[in-house]
Amino acid sequence: MAQVNYGTKRVVVGAHYGVRDWLVQRVTAALMAAFTLVVLVAVLLPGEMDYYRWARLFGHEWMKMLTFSVIVAIVWHAWVGIRDVLMDYVKPIGARLVLQVLTIVWLVSCAGWALQVLWRI
Amino acid sequence: MPDAKVLKERPGPMRLVDATQYKLPPAALVSILHRISGLIIALLLPFVIWLFDKSLTSEISFDEFRGAFLAGIGFVPAFVVKLATLVLVWAFLHHFCAGVRHLYMDITHNTTKEVGRSTALATLVVSLVLTVALGAKLFGLY
Repeated sequence: MAQVNYGTKRVVVGAHYGVRDWLVQRVTAALMAAFTLVVLVAVLLPGEMDYYRWARLFGHEWMKMLTFSVIVAIVWHAWVGIRDVLMDYVKPIGARLVLQVLTIVWLVSCAGWALQVLWRI
Repeated sequence: MPDAKVLKERPGPMRLVDATQYKLPPAALVSILHRISGLIIALLLPFVIWLFDKSLTSEISFDEFRGAFLAGIGFVPAFVVKLATLVLVWAFLHHFCAGVRHLYMDITHNTTKEVGRSTALATLVVSLVLTVALGAKLFGLY
């Protein structure tokens, strides 16, 4: 008798990070695009963009929350993208592992620095 | 069994240098540039955060931020700062446009060969035109 392999009886295989990464890449991109628009509008509003106006923009609590989310989004987005590139072009497993670790260290370090700057405002 | 006579001789495994022999269609060009621009942004992240840091920390650092584009900073001349910014601007614009193109295709399922070609050309043109316009502003041409 044939094995039922559909509906709730479907045998699910795979790690499922493919669709998760695909979704993460799009959600983080949309968030970064929204942030870009906010900064663009703030810069293009009439008047000289001096230090006080620039600092006041990032002083708003909602802007700090948005910037915090965007820093996390950049790192996550970059990780998914670079990991894809490394999986495509770097075949020796040792070299790939080393590059993936370096990527994580690079991105986490950048995020740490960016967050320090953000909390100082 | 396939007829042995119709089987063509295979060229063997493709090497990376073989890829340079192809004339890339616009969509493929946008795709590889999407990867390259993403890597550029990731590598230039410390530069971006440095600009973020200098422009926000204090009035004094804000003046240093301005000065980096006018007179250079430390041993780095202003020209190099502007050039790095220009590379970053292109990478951002291309990555942004190519990303919006992806989202558009995901949402509309408008994925015919013709649409793929025209949106790819639009991505290349929009990002290059905006880069030239912002680059001219950056280097003080207007």
